[in-house]
Amino acid sequence: MEKTKTVRRKYSNFERKEHSQGYLFLTPALVILFIFIGLSVLFVCYLSFQKVNLFTGEYTFVGLKNYQRVFTDDVARRGLTNTLLFSAVVVPVQTLFALVIASVLNSKIRGKYFFRTVYFLPTLTSSSALTMIFMFMFSVTGPINNVLINMNLISQGINFLQEPSFALKVIMLMNIWSTVPMYTTMYLASLQDLPSSMYEAADIDGAGPIKRFWYITVPYLKPITTYVLLTSIIGTLQMFDQAYIFSNGSGGPENSTLTVSLMIYRYAFGTQNAMGYAAAMAVILAIVIMVISRIAETANKEERIY
Amino acid sequence: MKMKKSLGKLFLYLVLGLAAFATIYPFLWMVSASFKPLKEIVGGNMSLISENMSLDNYKYIFGRSSLFPKWFLNSFLVASIGTAVNVFINTMAGYSLSRLTFPGRDKIYHGLLLMLMVPSQVLLIPNYLILQKMGLLDSYASLILPAAANIGNIFLMRQFFMNFPKEVEEAASIDGLGRYARFFRICMPLAKPTIATQAIFVFMGFWNEFTKPMLYIKTASKYTLTLGLQSFQTQNAGTMWHQVMAAACISVFPIIIIYLIFNKYFLVGVRMDGEK
Repeated sequence: MEKTKTVRRKYSNFERKEHSQGYLFLTPALVILFIFIGLSVLFVCYLSFQKVNLFTGEYTFVGLKNYQRVFTDDVARRGLTNTLLFSAVVVPVQTLFALVIASVLNSKIRGKYFFRTVYFLPTLTSSSALTMIFMFMFSVTGPINNVLINMNLISQGINFLQEPSFALKVIMLMNIWSTVPMYTTMYLASLQDLPSSMYEAADIDGAGPIKRFWYITVPYLKPITTYVLLTSIIGTLQMFDQAYIFSNGSGGPENSTLTVSLMIYRYAFGTQNAMGYAAAMAVILAIVIMVISRIAETANKEERIY
Repeated sequence: MKMKKSLGKLFLYLVLGLAAFATIYPFLWMVSASFKPLKEIVGGNMSLISENMSLDNYKYIFGRSSLFPKWFLNSFLVASIGTAVNVFINTMAGYSLSRLTFPGRDKIYHGLLLMLMVPSQVLLIPNYLILQKMGLLDSYASLILPAAANIGNIFLMRQFFMNFPKEVEEAASIDGLGRYARFFRICMPLAKPTIATQAIFVFMGFWNEFTKPMLYIKTASKYTLTLGLQSFQTQNAGTMWHQVMAAACISVFPIIIIYLIFNKYFLVGVRMDGEK
């Protein structure tokens, strides 16, 4: 290779043919990805410094105004608080559940196939179908209220969907319920490579199931846990579908289900007609997500040294 | 000691059973409600089976006045075409990145890695404006085109072709097959299992996609199933839960069938890229 460089020989016909074939095979993918990711990122950054009127198509440069507005906007604060709260509750709970279920599923039990199939159901289902099912379960006359009434815990159905103090909690529950199986599957895939001799050795040393879980399973799964946490954080910070369907796009009741993504959508495409401002929010969200990813990646790398 | 062990086992089954019950119960309710009249669903009857069960809800949503069959077809069309396009584009790109040498290959690979990190919510606004400029809003193309290539799957295919023995292709080359014939007639057929994994996840992605149709599609007859389901909730005063549940059942059904048939590819997919 060094030699060809110093001589600067021309590429042979054969090589040139391979080059053009290489580019040709890549072209469709690159065109699509360039337009809808590469160009789009540049475009959204550009938009974030503009005031955009979606109806007239007019752009006016406003400098950093959109970014400054984020810090003084009460709605933005509400959306951010909701999203952070959502992440803070959902991420640890779903990771813990997934870890426990996966390690139980990985032990010598019968009916593994059955359990795995059942647990996979929510992963297969669209967010819109899932949300409809949950809205039905939690509606005033739905099954959850019926159970509570039958148990004499409440005398009248609670309107979970319209009550600001409940709405976000229902979405949290739904999100945990629907994503635990996916993370369980990720853990399971990783657990399959764990040599059973480690458990056998621990067994001989007299370690019980809880000790084995804590001293073998958990440390072994550390790298995949970082990955699960990361995916979960990124997923919850971007949560959109469920909140949108739940509130029919409004973020209501009383902004209690307003997430950052929903807010971006509302400012960009709603009656506010503030696409530039929404773009600035999107850029901030992207930066936050990338920073978190980097931190988690470096944390993971440092661990691997040992 | 033995007693303690079987108690532990019992506990494990209890945990698993409880989790399985919590997972499957909402689905059972959905199926059960889809056969019941509305009066009974909201009436406080908790049993899953009732004597009033009938196919009426299904007859209604597939009836003449309903757009539901159209939505189903739309979803099917978009998901099928989208999957076919993805399979070719991603496989070709993965092949190029692993089997062919050309200047700038590594740069392109790193560019893709960088693009993989971009969160999807950032792209909503610019993609909308670009599709608007292209005049594609409110068309099926607006659902397929932005998702016609998938970086995760390009890497999946790249990985596959890197481990794929070169000799097979060399032999075909000696037999006189050109590059394109080798790719389409030798490499793609041999990559079938990996392509299947890719195809299943892409199909599921298209089928379950909500945000794109919600943003891009305005005409009710062009809705996909996911968007149609959501519109059931808003079009009537008071949600028609019995019809919604029947519609939800139909929307979940094809994916479950695919899962049961192609079960073994699902775990591979999760392993390879960890994406849903």
